[in-house]
Amino acid sequence: MEAEAFNRLRWRCVRRGMLEVDIALTRFLDSSFATLSEAGQQAFAELADFDDLELWHLISGQKVCEDARLAAIVAMLRAPVDSVPVT
Amino acid sequence: MTIPVLKFDAVVVGAGGAGLRSAIQLSEAGLKTAVLSKVFPTRSHTVAAQGGVAASLGNSEEDNWHWHMYDTVKGSDWLGDQDAIEFMCKKAVEAVVDLEHYGMPFDRVDNGRIYQRPFGGHMSNFGEKPVRRSCAAADRTGHAMLHAMYQRNVKANTQFFVEWMALDLIRDGEGHVVGVSAMEMETGRIVIFHSRATIFATGGAGRIFASSTNAFMNTGDGLGMAARAGIPLEDLEFWQFHPTGVAGAGVLITEGVRGEGGILRNASKERFMERYAPNAKDLASRDVVSRAMTTEIKEGRGCGPHKDHILLDITHLDPATILKRLPGIREISIQFAGVDPIEAPIPVVPTAHYQMGGIPTHYDGRVVVPREGDPRSVVPGFYAAGECACASVHGANRLGTNSLLDLLVFGKSAGDSAAEDLKSGKAHRDLPKDAADRIRARVDALDKRTGGIPVFEARKAIANTMQHHAGVFRFSDLLKKGVTKILEVEKAIQNLEIKDKSQAWNTARIEALETENLIEVAKATMVSAEARKESRGAHVRDDAPDTPEFPNGRNDKEWLKHTLWFRDGNRIEYKPVSMTPLTVDTIALKTRSY
Repeated sequence: MEAEAFNRLRWRCVRRGMLEVDIALTRFLDSSFATLSEAGQQAFAELADFDDLELWHLISGQKVCEDARLAAIVAMLRAPVDSVPVT
Repeated sequence: MTIPVLKFDAVVVGAGGAGLRSAIQLSEAGLKTAVLSKVFPTRSHTVAAQGGVAASLGNSEEDNWHWHMYDTVKGSDWLGDQDAIEFMCKKAVEAVVDLEHYGMPFDRVDNGRIYQRPFGGHMSNFGEKPVRRSCAAADRTGHAMLHAMYQRNVKANTQFFVEWMALDLIRDGEGHVVGVSAMEMETGRIVIFHSRATIFATGGAGRIFASSTNAFMNTGDGLGMAARAGIPLEDLEFWQFHPTGVAGAGVLITEGVRGEGGILRNASKERFMERYAPNAKDLASRDVVSRAMTTEIKEGRGCGPHKDHILLDITHLDPATILKRLPGIREISIQFAGVDPIEAPIPVVPTAHYQMGGIPTHYDGRVVVPREGDPRSVVPGFYAAGECACASVHGANRLGTNSLLDLLVFGKSAGDSAAEDLKSGKAHRDLPKDAADRIRARVDALDKRTGGIPVFEARKAIANTMQHHAGVFRFSDLLKKGVTKILEVEKAIQNLEIKDKSQAWNTARIEALETENLIEVAKATMVSAEARKESRGAHVRDDAPDTPEFPNGRNDKEWLKHTLWFRDGNRIEYKPVSMTPLTVDTIALKTRSY
């Protein structure tokens, strides 16, 4: 992903309406995003465009993601991580 | 130096509930209105509000605004202005009806009326018994509200400037507010929004604390801008805390966990609440539990390598009960604490939740400051609403579901007042000649600086200082040291450095500019808290305990007054609390107990 596009995506991850989503997206961006394929990065960017509540319902397992492409990223977002970003 | 200038009748900063509500009034009055927001409007922090909106509709049982007013005055520990509280509670029904007309999908009962549920502190007949007053849309009240009001604004031709950050308020030589400067994140260009009315609806600043339930964007931008422009900040010592936020993350663990049998333990695994509240134990009220937790940590009985948190233990509960009754909590604990609460206790700390203070306003939404003996003299052209403003209806503590009501009522009244003031059709006042130079100089200084401290270090310093020195339970010695410390942090922040000097989507620069706002709120909070030598509402000091002379530590003889903190000189003034409602008798002072 080009630097400018990544920086735009970063802003849309680190400034969300809900703290839960802020943390989940920011730490994923910092820890795992770079390891994704181009298609995976695109799928993550699509998820980041979801509304906060919708995204939180997926990350917290209250709803199931029907789209297999996005579901793979949701599964990664759901993996527990013990560090929380300082922002 | 020139900077592009965009002219609008009104510019609203912030597109959460209060900003959207005021923009509707302005655009529907035919005014050319711009709304600036750091994020897409429906991603504002209002989305996190789930509880509902308080309004005495009386759909489920008898209710009226006067009872609601009594509860709000009592909740505020008598620091709320009674004229503003009467205004808000009276307008609540209309606020809900307006939302209904905008298409808000409220929960309903069988006869089609809006369903109402009870909420803490809301009572019937002047504190007699709980009443159903909260109107909600399932667990997505804030979300639905933002969507309904955003659509209404689109219909009314409000112009949105999304992913723009307001930088500074612009005042002319006579003190009139004539607009704001702002930065477009996509390009890094700076523009002046020249306006006849400027409305701040920028939300709270919960990120000044290390542990906060607030989203990362809640950096007190409006408060920082107001303070730099010479506007005082009111009652910033009053912050509402929740006892159980996940340590390190801040995400809330609901009271329901303790309701199901969760136990708070210190480093020796002791159930310490037995010492502080022998009857209610872990189910004591929020403030009692928060104070006990803070005392345990302060006295060295905290858990973990840094002895800085408490453990919330549900490992003794049947896993089937946890899975059935607390599924969301298990998920939060796994996600944000890295522990499965079926197997290990959850690390928690008292966590900042809501800012009662803010930019001083009249209940009509106009910003007011002391001038020539008048404590409420209007700043022409300037309005504020929502969590960034202080009307003051929440006083020393806010009732649940009154925050959404606040942003609806005062968002509307700020919009109405601005529309009223602009009716005369007066032209835009001239921009001060140095407006462009001043904002350019601030941003250039940041861009050119080398050898300063990084933003994340500065943020950490603010958050840790505030959490340790001005947390939920306040100690005289810690507050005194806290004032010195936060001023040291401020000095470091004057020397912020960013490595990335690029223009497009430079998040480092935006975060640095946010940090310059956070520090203003942090100073106001610390200095105001140190100065107020009593306990009242959410401000509780160890040297102002519960005594027969001062029940709950509240001292009305000396401290029934609002704090005003001024950035220049880091000084404080006080102004009287309005004890005279608009039409009813004063709700007389008495001890606040539930």
